[in-house]
Order: sequence, then C-alpha cells, then structure tokens
Amino acid sequence: MSLTRQDVEKVALLARLRFDDAELDKITEHMVQIVQYVDKLSELNTEEVEPMAHALDIHNALAEDELRPSLLRDEVLKNAPKHDGEYFLVPAVLGE
Amino acid sequence: MSIIQKTATEQLALLRSGEITSVELTQAYLNRIHQVEPAIGAFLRVESEAALTQAAEVDRKRETGEPLGKLAGLPVAIKDILCTKDTPTTCGSKMLENFVPPYNATVVEKLQAADAVILGRTNMDEFAMGSSTENSAYHPTQNPWDTSRIPGGSSGGAAACISADMAPLSLGTDTGGSIRQPAALCGCVGLKPTYGRVSRYGLIAFASSLDQIGPLAKTVEDVALLMEVLAGHDALDSTSVDTPVPAYSGSVHQPLESLTLGVVNQHFGAGIDAEIEAAVKQAIATYTSLGATIKNIEMPHADYGIATYYIIAPCEASSNLARYDGAHYGYRTDHAELVEDGTDEGPLVRMYRKTRSEGFGAEVQRRIMLGTYALSEGYYDAFYLKALKVRRLIRQDYDNAFGEVDMIIGPVTANAAFSKGEKTSDPMAMYLEDLYTVTANLAGVAGISLPCGFTKSGLPIGLQLQAAPFQEEKLLRAAQMFQNATDFHTRRPEL
Amino acid sequence: MSDAPYEIVIGLEVHVQLKTNTKLFCRCSTMFGSPPNTQTCPVCLGMPGALPVMNKKAYFLGMKTALALHCGIPKFTKWDRKNYFYPDLPKGYQTSQFDLPMSEEGYLDIQSTKDEFEPRRVRIIRAHLEEDAGKSIHDEVAGKGDSRIDLNRTGTPLLEIVSYPDMRSAAEAKVYMQELRLLLTYLEVSDCNMQEGSLRCDANVNLHIPTENGVIATPIVEIKNMNSFRSVERGINYEAKRQYDVWQETGKILGELPKQTRGWDDSAQVTRAQREKEESADYRYFPCPDLVPVVVTDEQIEEVRSGIGELPSGLRQRLESDFGLSTYTSDVIVNQGRALVDYFLELAATCGDHKLAGNWIQGEVLRILNDQEISIDEFKLTPSQMAELLRLVQAGDLDSSKAKDVFTAMLESGQSAADVVEDLGIERVDEGALEDLCRMLIERNQRVVDDVKGGNEKAVGALIGQAKKENPNVNPGQVRQICLDIIKNI
Repeated sequence: MSLTRQDVEKVALLARLRFDDAELDKITEHMVQIVQYVDKLSELNTEEVEPMAHALDIHNALAEDELRPSLLRDEVLKNAPKHDGEYFLVPAVLGE
Repeated sequence: MSIIQKTATEQLALLRSGEITSVELTQAYLNRIHQVEPAIGAFLRVESEAALTQAAEVDRKRETGEPLGKLAGLPVAIKDILCTKDTPTTCGSKMLENFVPPYNATVVEKLQAADAVILGRTNMDEFAMGSSTENSAYHPTQNPWDTSRIPGGSSGGAAACISADMAPLSLGTDTGGSIRQPAALCGCVGLKPTYGRVSRYGLIAFASSLDQIGPLAKTVEDVALLMEVLAGHDALDSTSVDTPVPAYSGSVHQPLESLTLGVVNQHFGAGIDAEIEAAVKQAIATYTSLGATIKNIEMPHADYGIATYYIIAPCEASSNLARYDGAHYGYRTDHAELVEDGTDEGPLVRMYRKTRSEGFGAEVQRRIMLGTYALSEGYYDAFYLKALKVRRLIRQDYDNAFGEVDMIIGPVTANAAFSKGEKTSDPMAMYLEDLYTVTANLAGVAGISLPCGFTKSGLPIGLQLQAAPFQEEKLLRAAQMFQNATDFHTRRPEL
Repeated sequence: MSDAPYEIVIGLEVHVQLKTNTKLFCRCSTMFGSPPNTQTCPVCLGMPGALPVMNKKAYFLGMKTALALHCGIPKFTKWDRKNYFYPDLPKGYQTSQFDLPMSEEGYLDIQSTKDEFEPRRVRIIRAHLEEDAGKSIHDEVAGKGDSRIDLNRTGTPLLEIVSYPDMRSAAEAKVYMQELRLLLTYLEVSDCNMQEGSLRCDANVNLHIPTENGVIATPIVEIKNMNSFRSVERGINYEAKRQYDVWQETGKILGELPKQTRGWDDSAQVTRAQREKEESADYRYFPCPDLVPVVVTDEQIEEVRSGIGELPSGLRQRLESDFGLSTYTSDVIVNQGRALVDYFLELAATCGDHKLAGNWIQGEVLRILNDQEISIDEFKLTPSQMAELLRLVQAGDLDSSKAKDVFTAMLESGQSAADVVEDLGIERVDEGALEDLCRMLIERNQRVVDDVKGGNEKAVGALIGQAKKENPNVNPGQVRQICLDIIKNI
C-alpha cells in the first residue's frame, strides 16, 4: 500500500492539521512505516469473522427522559477562548 | 521505617487507630515531594493547600465520630486525565493548558466520597499517547530507579510517584498498557480492570473502546483497597457494567485453592531480553512451588495485537480529539495570525488547522493522522474493519485460553526501562513497547503488573497476570500469593 | 406540469425533532427559544471526558413513527459517528446511524385533494435517529467579524426520514410533507413547527428528459433551507426549470458532475449554490464506542404498535364508509388534526345526523377557527351545544340561514341554542297557519302559478320571499314544498 506526500496532505486537511514541508516529509515517512507494519493484518483470512467494535457484548444502556439541571452560562463560557457573555465566538466560516 | 514507606493498608490502620492524623501523613508526603520531585518530575501540579485542607477535614470528621469513607485520610495522586471540577485538567497537553472542567469524573467523586485526600495531578504522555511520558507537553518524568531512564507511560507520573514514595496510591489509565507498563518499569503494582468495570465518565478519552481507569500502589493489597472504591456501575457511562463489586481488600489474602496458569509461547520469542525472560520464568516456577498448575497455551493471534491496536486506537482517537478545535474551550491560536495566508481557506478552517497544529504535540498529531487515514474513504475496509475482525480473533484466543486456564502469566515488557530519548525518533519501536499488554485492552480482559525481579543494573522487572472479564478478585488473590512468597515489592529506589 | 418537456424526480430527507423533555444523549432541556447557551452541559458541549447516554423515550418515539410509516424495525441497531468540523458541532462529530438504522423500508400514501396528481405510494428507505447541531449566527457581511454559536439545540433528538425518489412533481412533494406532518401530529411525536425548525426538509431533485437518444437524467441537486410547505413547492419547481435550462446550455448529465448542494433563498425565490467545501465530504463513519447497541424484542415492538392509534388514512376511510361523509369533507376534517376528528365523532354521535355534522364542521366551524386563528380546543361551543343546534335544523325548526344566525349568536353570548332562538324571537310556525299563508300568496300571484305549471319550478322562489316578509320565522324549504304541492293540485 503506497502512501504519498499528497495523500498525507489530504488527510491533514481532513484532520484539520497543517504541516510545513519538513514536517510533512517526516510524518509521511512515519506513516508509511506504520502502515507497512499494520498491513500484516492482511495475512489473516477474516472473511467469516464478525467485526468487534466494543470490548464487551452489552446493549440497551438507556436513560429515562427526565430533566437534569444544565450548567450556568458563565460556567459554559468560562473555558471559551472567545465569547461575548452569551455566545461562543469563532472566526467566520467563509472568507473574503 | 518512616511513615511514607509503609503501605497504604498499614497507613490506613494507623489513621484508624489514631496513631497518625491525615494531616501528618499528607504533610509527610508533601515533604517527600518537596525533596525528590525535582529529580523525578512525577507531578504536573501538587495541590498542597487543598490536600492539607481536605486532610484536616477528614481528621475533624474522625475526631467527631462522623462516618468515614473507605480511604479516609489516605493521600491519592491522580493522573491528569481525570476531570476535576474547578481544578485544571490538562491531559498533558498544551491544548488543555487552561482548561478547568465544570464537572467531576465519576472516579473523582468516588474518591471524594471515600474521604481520600487528593495530593495532586501526575504527569503523562499527552492524551495518554506514549509509553515513556516523554510526550508530555510540560516536562518529562524520570524513572526513580535510574533518572536517566524513562518511567514508562503513559501513566509514567502515576507509577513514578508510587515507587519514589511520593504517594501511597495513584490512579492511572490503561488503553494499551499505560498502567501495567510503567508499573513494571517503576517496580510497583498496577491493575488494568476489565473494560466496563470502572466508569470512564470524566476520563478524557483517547480510545473509548479500550480506555480503563485503574489503581497503582506498592502492593497488591493496596491496589485491592483502591480498586474496591473505583469499581462499580455508573449510569453516566453506557459502557459500564452492572455487576456486583466484590470486597477485593477483604478477600485478597485468601490464597486460591487451585490455580492453573497459562504460558503463551509467543511471549518468549525473539526480542525479549534474557534477564526479563529469566525473571518471568522464575516467577512461573514460584507459582509452581505454590501449587499452581502450569499449562502451555496458544494465542495464535497475539502477534497481531500491535497492528490491530495501532489501527483501532488511532481511529477512535482521531474522532475523540476532533473536539479540540479552539472553538469552545482549550487552546486557540493567536487571532493575529488568522490573517490571509495565501491559502484559499476561510478564516474558520485556518483557525482550526493552526490551533490543532500548535496545540497538539507530534505523537498526538501522528495518531490523529493515522486514524483519519484509516477511516477515510477507500481505506476503511482494509484497515479499520479488518482490525475490528482481528480484534474478535484475539478475543476468541482469550476465550479459548480461559476455557483451559484461570489466568495467563507472562512478561509485561520485553525490556526494562530504556534511556530517555532512545525511542523518541522511532515511533514504531515505541509502539512495540506495548507488545504484551495491548491484547488485554483489545479483548477487554483484566490484567495486573507486579514486580518479579530486577536486572543486574538494578532496574525493576514486571510480571503480568491476565484474567477473564470481571475476575479481578481472583487476579488480585493470585498476585497476592506471589507477593507473600517474594519480596521484590518491598524494594525501593535510593533517592 | 404534464406539459413540461421533462419529468421531475424527487426524494425527500425530512428531519423531525422528537418531542422529548431532554436531549438525545444528555438530560438538558430541548425547549425552544431559551436564552443562548443556557441549555447545555458537559455532554452536549462535547467537553473532554463527558459521555453520552441514550434517551429511551427518543428511541421509542422514533420506533412509533417508523411503525406508523410501515417500516420494519430491526431487533438490533447501533450508533455511528459522522465526523466533520463545524462550530455548531462541538464534538467534531455527529452521532447518527449509518449501516444499521433503527428502521427500514416503509411507505406513506399521498393523494391530492385538488386532483393535482394521481394517488401515490411514496416508499421510505429508512428512518434513523441522530442528534441535532447547534446554531451558528453569521455576520451579515460574510467573512467580517466573528460568527456567534448557540449550543442550546445541540443534541436535540432528530428522526431523519429518507424517502425513495418516488415523487414526480413539486405538488407531490408538498403533499408528502403535509401528510407526513399530519401523521406526526396524530402520533404526537413532534411539535412539527417548521418556523421553529422542528420539521425540516431537504430535497434531492433531478430531471428525466426524453430525447431522441432515450431518456437522460440530469445531475442530482440537494436543495436545503425550505422552511415552509410553500417553499418546498416553489423551491423544487424553480430548481426543475433551472436544471432544464442548464442542461440545454451544457448538456451535462448525471454522473458527469458531482452532487451539488443548493440553498433555497425564500426572499429572492431562487436556489443558490452553496460554497463548495474545501474538500469533498468524507465523513469517516464508524461505530460510536461510547454508546452500546439497542436490542428490542417482538413484544416491545408490538406494544409500541398497539399504542399508535388511528392514523389519518384510516380515519378518512372510516369517515367516508361509516359516517357517509364525502371524500372532500372527510379529508378536510382529518387534515385538521385528531382533535377536530374527535369533535366530529362526538357531534355526530350526539346529533345523530352524520352528514349534517360533517357539513357544519367543514363549513361554519372551520370558518370560525380560521377567522379567529384558533384550534378546536379553543372553540367556544361544546359538541353537545352544537348538537342542540343541529337537532333544531334536523327538526326543520331552523333553516340554514337562521341556523347560522343562531350559531353566531351562540358564539357571542355563550347561550344555548334554545335560548338564542327564544331571544331572537324565532318561533316555529304552525303548519296550518303556514298553509293558509301559502294559499293567500298563491291567490295573489297567478303569474307564479302559470310559470310553475309551465315547468319552471324555480318561479316559486318569489313566493318564498313574500312569505318571509309576512312572517320572518317561516322555513323557506317548507314554504317551497307547500306551495308546490298546492299549485300542482290546482
């Protein structure tokens, strides 16, 4: 499985990360190395095997529809990098 | 023997009998921290004032005869990954440098209800990603047995503070070995409970289907003591299991009448250090002398554990860590830098990418990248889905094994503590540190690490016992049998 | 529509906010309109370490809706994460259902009350649960200043109902939405308030155009932001014309362009292309490790099914077959909602004349409800008060115009029908006296007699007018009948 620098750049955008040229070279090298290693799973025939997403076979953890107190707004906003006392503030989605 | 060298169980008896107060005990630990912490760096924050206040409150309750919790007056150190209301919780990351949770993790509430005294927050690899605690955004932690070496990770601070006698009890988390490996490298005892045994509510997620909180201490009985407080169902964690919690500390000294231990041949293949192999084999011999039956068992997919783990864990992490984007809490890149930078991205995407590239360290970014890649269109089946299938095969290996034996016995790591910087530039070498530990997380079973010897150069060696889901009680009793017959757990580093 | 040189193909994705007290994965309130960021907690804020716990009621409301849409309910369903970055999505992923939704393969029958199209069965692909996002308020001048984020709505339970592309006109799409809304209202699973966003609709639209080389399909466009039934209809019709023009211009067909998303601009009455994202969407769905699957038994499914009650389609049939109402009247009553149907049923039972009850509700009662913009629950007259009035009509004591006067007076004064009749001085005219009056009028109007004899029965109308002048209480129907009988015997 080949993984190119361009692939890594695409993944970086999906992951909302950014690398400069030197970092991109390094992370590409590391990712290629790791992907080559994990590719050893392809040795195994798993056609008949059910995937296992959870460590335990449990189900139906359901809660009753009963109100619990929300946080006070001051508590909600106190960790916000930017807010106006009512809303979280973030840079505009679109540019220009 | 000074008070801090005693076990938590012994200290608890002294507190109960009134021979010492919690303030005295807490002060003794604070003094010790003051003395050795500069060389070790086990803590991110020591909360001296709060700890002494809490200790005084427990002493007052005791004096006035108010009911007291199971850990009343005992200091506990907490890995800085467990949210604590109105107290900074950083997860070892610059991303959460100024984050102050408005709520408590369930285990923190349980500790408070047990009247434990919270000493401070221990160092860790950023977001629990690492095996050496070198990935902390703040500072590294030194191994108390040799400060030129790493303490293991990611719960490196949690293990180092125990072996350096800076706390009698500590809380760690284990996603692929993050309690057991540092416990082994620092010469203390660490338990990774069955998945679902301890509530994850308030544990800052790395890989949700693998993460578990567990206790570290000097002895098995101390681990049992803390485990009894941590375990139990929590309605706030959908993956927590509602089965009764045995009185671990009450039964830990009862030896198991019959014990069949399985030895996995792959554990002693190429790559394991000869001194480690010898110590673990000696430990197996000890169990034989205690009446245990030893059986060779097959774990045909054990060698695929690392590959499976390094797909599943990064995939979950890539999603779990998407929330750190500078919008609602945590680090945000300097707005001044948000000016047009030649790309065609809008200001929001620029903010996201800068924030995350600046706020996360290299290892965290590497795992986010790996997980994002493995889940992305065209690769999902080959990587993520494949790994979920192999995960089931690994679980089946365990099910088959536990049909034949009570527990699996083997090494925790292939080598003793390595030197600082030795593996930082080679991620794959670092990942292979988890070779013997990741499969327990993938399968969801319980595992414990306890001291079973020392290398010639004086570094601790760990022994791992693994048991079927919810067999912690038996696991602790088997481990206690070993400690009754050996004294490795009584040795302390010179500091 | 039918003369257009193309066929429109429409599939709808409808998002319904389920009527729960609390959110899908935490116990914060779902109330609409609270001050920003006052209904949030660590879970719906996506704070580090917080974990979701599924709302039981949301699951069962979803199941009730799915069953009413004739969907199958799998015994096993699970939760998946849809990963993308947006500031109104604080976790960086939306918890939704991907490959094993809670329901699949149902249908909704639609028909036009105005004969705009043939009755049609619209098949449902699936209905699945997911969490709503928060709200972003963007600055008027895009790109200038910060966007404001309110996370009150974050985590509100949504049922996404996805139809097959079975609709062939904007009118069908509108009626589908109306019928779906009616169904949801009957089920009491949602407020269905389109202005408040508790019922939202996205449409996938393209055209099938017959050409010399066979039928071609235009690229599919998803239209968003259609926040009223009217805009659903207008948005789709606009988009159809636009796609036809574009096809004529470019010749591009399905497969040659990626799926486009366009927003309906209600003020300009156009769809506009939404800015392409920086990369093609890759949501990296995978099972949510924090939530465990839901497993249901047949017994649970049957219990929910038995609680569904009568639905609009069944009620319409019953009103026609059991109560003899016209298709139109039963449609009108059923489409107003369950409360009006109940009102009708009670009135019909009390007064005994089903058709009369139906006509009065469809006519006078609905007129009042519409004029006063009130619901039947706020309507002043109880079914038994109304029944008293209708019994007077049945007995011939009131003609329809008098009855309407009485009805109006009852609404104003709150008095019973009998009291109003007395107050207005309406008295039943003795049959003998009425016959005398008619004979007198016939003698005075030979011309009318000749006309009627000549075959023009309508001419008798002149006598009715005169009779009313003589005695305002006469029943015109009676006067007509008596006069005709007398003239025939002359």
